Amino acid sequence: MAQAHASNFKNPVVKWIDSRLPIFTMLHHEYNEYPMPKNVNYLWAFGAIAGIMLVIMIATGLVLAMQYAANTAIAFDSVERIMRDVNYGWLLRYVHANGASFFFIAVYLHMFRGLYYGSYKAPREILWIIGVVIFLLMMATAFMGYVLPWGQMSFWGATVITNLFSAFPIVGDPIVTWLWGGFSVDNPTLNRFFALHFLLPFVILGVVILHTAALHICGSNNPLGIDPKGPQDTVPFNPYITVKDLFAVVVFLIVYAIFVFFMPNYMGHPDNYIPANPLVTPAHIVPEWYFLPFYAILRAIPDKLGGVLAMFGAIAVLVVLPWLDTSKVRSCKFRPIYRQFFWVLALDALVLGYAGAMPAEGHWLLIARIGTAYYFFHFLILLPVLGKLERPSPMPASISEPVLKGGGRVAAGAHAKPMEKA
Amino acid sequence: MAETTHPSGTGAHGAPGGDDGTSRRDFLYLATGAVGAVGVAAAAWPFIDSMNPAADTLALASIEVDLAPVAEGQSITVTWRGKPVFVRHRTAKEIDEAKKVNLSELRDPAPDDKRVQKPEWLILVGVCTHLGCVPLGQKPTDPRGDYDGWFCPCHGSHYDTAGRIRKGPAPANLVVPQYAFLSDNRIRLG
Repeated sequence: MAQAHASNFKNPVVKWIDSRLPIFTMLHHEYNEYPMPKNVNYLWAFGAIAGIMLVIMIATGLVLAMQYAANTAIAFDSVERIMRDVNYGWLLRYVHANGASFFFIAVYLHMFRGLYYGSYKAPREILWIIGVVIFLLMMATAFMGYVLPWGQMSFWGATVITNLFSAFPIVGDPIVTWLWGGFSVDNPTLNRFFALHFLLPFVILGVVILHTAALHICGSNNPLGIDPKGPQDTVPFNPYITVKDLFAVVVFLIVYAIFVFFMPNYMGHPDNYIPANPLVTPAHIVPEWYFLPFYAILRAIPDKLGGVLAMFGAIAVLVVLPWLDTSKVRSCKFRPIYRQFFWVLALDALVLGYAGAMPAEGHWLLIARIGTAYYFFHFLILLPVLGKLERPSPMPASISEPVLKGGGRVAAGAHAKPMEKA
Repeated sequence: MAETTHPSGTGAHGAPGGDDGTSRRDFLYLATGAVGAVGVAAAAWPFIDSMNPAADTLALASIEVDLAPVAEGQSITVTWRGKPVFVRHRTAKEIDEAKKVNLSELRDPAPDDKRVQKPEWLILVGVCTHLGCVPLGQKPTDPRGDYDGWFCPCHGSHYDTAGRIRKGPAPANLVVPQYAFLSDNRIRLG
């Protein structure tokens, strides 16, 4: 027999809807009473910040799409029209263009948070892999968005990146022609990139919902990397985490606004204010900053196919990371040796990013090669081996213990079970 | 067994089970699935193929070029299929350099006479085979690389006076497009 959901809401209208479609119960469960470990720090806010950035990008992107024309003859001019003639067009475009950078800043910090505190380990492997999928979709979306203004960097960036696929034997060239819809990057390419750039953010939104659903099954990780032992170790999401996240969002948006209003072109490239010219390549093609580490890896390998495979491999290792890291201890707090290598990896990513912006010759090429070698060494050799050799430092028995005993880590150590499976 | 109540039980509803446990129902199930898969693949093809070059794009695929104004030592760039095509009127010295190269030291070995129809006219697609930049070397003031041909500024590939890759990351020679001499001074590309 048909049976309505037993709703606990007092408001009769809410109760009527909720007993037929328990959306209010679901929201209450996931965003009000959802238990968060009470020791999470501000690094846990970057998920919420990334979510806000996605909303900002979709909102500004929607109104920009109402003014933009995806045709090679007028695309560049339509963007200039947005900048000069459309009401607040300059603001919307700068919010959107800098928003891409700040979206990546939030996501990179979110990823390094996950790396440091072992958030990818059991039972959060699927959660992590969905995150890598979001990262890939973001990279595709950002790349196609950068093509739309149809400046020199748009055109030549699109040419270089689509040509990556020509590295594959036999199928390479037909794939590139298919991606272009012609014999070079041209009007059909711009049209489809616009269509996909409009579509993919909504795909990202869908995958973000899956990401959140997977998160709410296992619960959030925390700086100690040990599971909450009960209600004494957690606080309800609302108001404790909503307020903390909101504060972090406001601080992040202030920094973002400084870029939008005072240095809107700082992270752009001046060559993209020159209309695309298929007959003249700019002397120095660089992608947007958030692709630079991967671009450095691409150029570090002296073989075309090898470079392409290494670049995709740099992301593929992230997919299998939960199985490459053999240590059962999640948080770097209790991994004295790995903690140091984590910072080497963070430095390596920055060095690769810098080398990616420099010409691929002389000592910059050598630095990029060393950086690439370390990147793969870190994931493919160091992580599997170190997990077996490293002796973790003693861990507290629970999240509350180090705080309630008042002795911090020293007191905690006395009661710790060193190899407790986190 | 004929009266089994198991929902997926073989032999239910009068379909006689074979000796090896398979039934007509299993066959129908697999056959339906296979036809469905073929149908989905066939329906997907128009969507995929619509992204390939359209008829109007293909129709613009050939052009004619007048060579008469290009003096010896000069180069011109024409646009063909959205790409630059280099036409160089080679000097005797350049032809000589291209012919003298020992083929065994080339990454993508090709003798000079396989890359030209008339030795003085070198015609190439001006797109670096590495990642698609346009190499420099068409203007007299451009750098021409270490081998007097073209130099790609993006990732540093050097091409010689027959457009062959000599140094740098590019895997292959500059592509020689399909072309034909209509008369001594006129070619058709494509």
